Amino acid sequence: MATVADTHDTHHEHGPAKGWLRWVTTTNHKDIGTLYLTFAFVMFIVGGAMALIIRAELFEPGLQFVDPHFFNQMTTLHALIMVFGAVMPAFAGFANWMIPMMIGAPDMALPRLNNWSFWLLPFAAALLVATLFMEGGAAASGWTLYPPLVLQTGDALPFTIFTVHILGMSSILAAINIIVTIFNMRAPGMTMMRMPMFCWTWLVTAFLLILVMPVFAGAVTMLLTDKFFDTSFFNPAGGGDPVLYQHLFWFFGHPEVYIIILPAFGIISAVIPTFSRKKLFGHNSMVYATCVIAFLSFIVWAHHQFTVGMPVPAELYFMYATMLIAVPTGVKVFNWLATMWKGSMTFETPMLNALGFLVLFVLGGFTGIMMSQAPADFQYHDSYFIVAHFHYVLVGGAVFGIFAGLFYWLPKWTGVMYDEKLGKLHFWLSFISMNVLFMPQHFVGLAGMPRRIPDYAVQFTEFNALSSVGAFIFGVTQLLLGYIVWKAIRGEGEKVDGEVWEGAKDHGLEWNLASPPPYHHSFEGIEIKERD
Amino acid sequence: MTIMHNLKRLVFAFLLSLGGEVAWADYQLNLPVGVTETSRTVYGFHMFALWICVAIGVVVFGVMFWSIYHHRKSRNPVPATFHENAKLEFIWTIIPVFILIALAVPATTALIKIEDTSGSDMTIKVTGYQWKWHYEYLDDGIKFFSSLDEKSNRARQLGSGVDPSSIPNYLLEVDNPLVIPTNKKVRFLFTAADVIHAWWVPDFGWKKDAIPGFVTAGWVKVEKPGVYRGQCAELCGRDHGFMPIVVKAVPQKEYDAWVAQWKQQHESASGGMEGKEWTMEQLMARGKEVYNTHCVSCHQADGSGVPGTFPAIAGSEIAKGDIDAHISIVLEGKGAMPGYGQDENISNEDLAAVITYERNAFGNNTGDLVKPDDIADIR
Repeated sequence: MATVADTHDTHHEHGPAKGWLRWVTTTNHKDIGTLYLTFAFVMFIVGGAMALIIRAELFEPGLQFVDPHFFNQMTTLHALIMVFGAVMPAFAGFANWMIPMMIGAPDMALPRLNNWSFWLLPFAAALLVATLFMEGGAAASGWTLYPPLVLQTGDALPFTIFTVHILGMSSILAAINIIVTIFNMRAPGMTMMRMPMFCWTWLVTAFLLILVMPVFAGAVTMLLTDKFFDTSFFNPAGGGDPVLYQHLFWFFGHPEVYIIILPAFGIISAVIPTFSRKKLFGHNSMVYATCVIAFLSFIVWAHHQFTVGMPVPAELYFMYATMLIAVPTGVKVFNWLATMWKGSMTFETPMLNALGFLVLFVLGGFTGIMMSQAPADFQYHDSYFIVAHFHYVLVGGAVFGIFAGLFYWLPKWTGVMYDEKLGKLHFWLSFISMNVLFMPQHFVGLAGMPRRIPDYAVQFTEFNALSSVGAFIFGVTQLLLGYIVWKAIRGEGEKVDGEVWEGAKDHGLEWNLASPPPYHHSFEGIEIKERD
Repeated sequence: MTIMHNLKRLVFAFLLSLGGEVAWADYQLNLPVGVTETSRTVYGFHMFALWICVAIGVVVFGVMFWSIYHHRKSRNPVPATFHENAKLEFIWTIIPVFILIALAVPATTALIKIEDTSGSDMTIKVTGYQWKWHYEYLDDGIKFFSSLDEKSNRARQLGSGVDPSSIPNYLLEVDNPLVIPTNKKVRFLFTAADVIHAWWVPDFGWKKDAIPGFVTAGWVKVEKPGVYRGQCAELCGRDHGFMPIVVKAVPQKEYDAWVAQWKQQHESASGGMEGKEWTMEQLMARGKEVYNTHCVSCHQADGSGVPGTFPAIAGSEIAKGDIDAHISIVLEGKGAMPGYGQDENISNEDLAAVITYERNAFGNNTGDLVKPDDIADIR
């Protein structure tokens, strides 16, 4: 971005407040971004610990460590915490840090709202974890909270529902903020079609959030009234319909899947061009593909329910619509490959993680295509094959996307280069253990192992043991990630200039600011003439 | 199963997988081909989709790794500058569409066939309970519960100390298997009494949800006599992992013989023990057995239940109050609890014993003795 005037040494007359109150009262997008990311990491470890309890129990047949009811609480909370506590807040952290710096704005449009949307989260998370200690334990119905099973939850039910309400509120506020910021605070010349893909994917994600979080909140509120106020939305004895809940849930749940993956697409679309030293291939078609994926995400929900006994025409419709998603998703993958093609690639940690993302996400996409076939899904549904599929797209996709973004922007945020050797070690350990962990789950699933069971028939032993070994390696490796980031935050490492990565100035406004950027940065006087 | 033994199996499995063509132990990698036309269709379909994905994967990953090798900075220091190509983008949008059509056409035909439950030879109603299955042969009038067999049940308790590999068909064995004739179109109607369950026998090629208040349907025409095993596939609470399905498919003649034998055995619900005088000790001993088979998973071994979900029997108003009310709840069920009067495998003696047990165990000590005749009067 050769046209940017070097003006970033103005406007830094006041820095952050002193003391811990800074973090409570802050309205600064960088502080709030840091809060989101820190919270996400803590939740990643908490949710990961729950996953390790699950994998420890599944290491061999027989029950060794936990009661089946507690096991079900673990599968439920692991999913809720990873989705709402780890992955979504991590992307919100990236959005807070990067969107203002990418579109040439001084901060987010609604800074106080920003503070509130973050500070709702720790309370929601604490409440959710606290349900474990209530009479009857936490919700044990899986993260989908299907009735009638979820209505058997003990005292935890209203608290779990309230948690969903708070989380939804937080997401909606963050989404409003992002939309307002992108629509109103772009620098002169930063037209919509010149905007980086990360901003685009987040913009689309924000709209998805606003459209579907209220549906989820409504559905769980109906659970609440069914349980405590004698309504019968989902109770057949009162004329209700348990499957209605599933339709409402997945009308939220399927777009939610894209809420989790679209920002990762944005990060990958930033990392691959920088390390290929080329512009992103087909920027406009990437924008269109993102919008098409978002639209399709609203009309495919019942492919999660192929076995509930829908009429055949409905099954056919949802099968065809689901298959269509492969087209825009394919466009994205091909565009990334074309970006790499004839580039001049180097393989620093962010690029390794981006390539890891590409491999794992495509593998998860393949099983997705297989599952879209309703007749085959009659076998796959609710088996470990499904568990393997969505962990390939959520861990291999979303989480590796987060790793890529973290290593890509960490030097920008801290002003020092992280430990590259440890970064690469973290990538390889994560990549290999991720496959050891989830690849065998395809096999046990096809062989007939249902998901969400604490104990299994002995023919599933070998692959489960292997999977558990992978899980523990993956889990311990993430402590290494914490150590690498901690070192960088403490300033241990080589100082970096504003550009950080060779030629990065051609790949985004943020690289024109100093590293670390001033507490209140400014793009005054810039005018964008072309797209990166 | 000790951890060391397990690690040995793991190493063995790893070596096997390196060996490639070496025979696999007792586990499998892929979907079963199964024993019905449906399961073969689904298997063929699964393999077709898999190979298409493998082919796409070879191309995509091939291009990717070729590029990673040749277009690295050390080999290609000057990057190209192109960043769009309308023709190329059109091609890779349209090719996937054709591949998807190739997948969708056979999937449509298969789906329509699988969902066609018309023209069946017999119908079995399957009801899911927490955590057992109830089968009712609508044509032959046979009905019974089918739950996890005693050996697996003992071994699967937390810290039981029993090695699961010493139990034949661990977690995949039931007390009363479903018996169906081969080469007959058997239609299943599914529903549930409490929460949603799903009935899945991989060898048949499909699963179907059993939903309270709904009736869903599926069908099989098993070609090969044999025993086929499966499990509940929809999370249904604490013991979701412990409600297996076992289907014995036998030739029509054997099936008819089984039906005749069943009818003879169950002509009277008392199992040929009319007139026997039961003592308190006998009833309590038998009642404890029955309780541990049918009641313990919800009401717990000490009768304390699960607060908020399953009521306690210890100190319960029902177990200490009116005997007839107690009997009718056991016979007819309430809420999530099945009515045991509809299980022909549970005799009047069993019911009398378990009610006597509930009224005198767990500190209830009512001193009431319920006789099989008391049950027969109400049942």
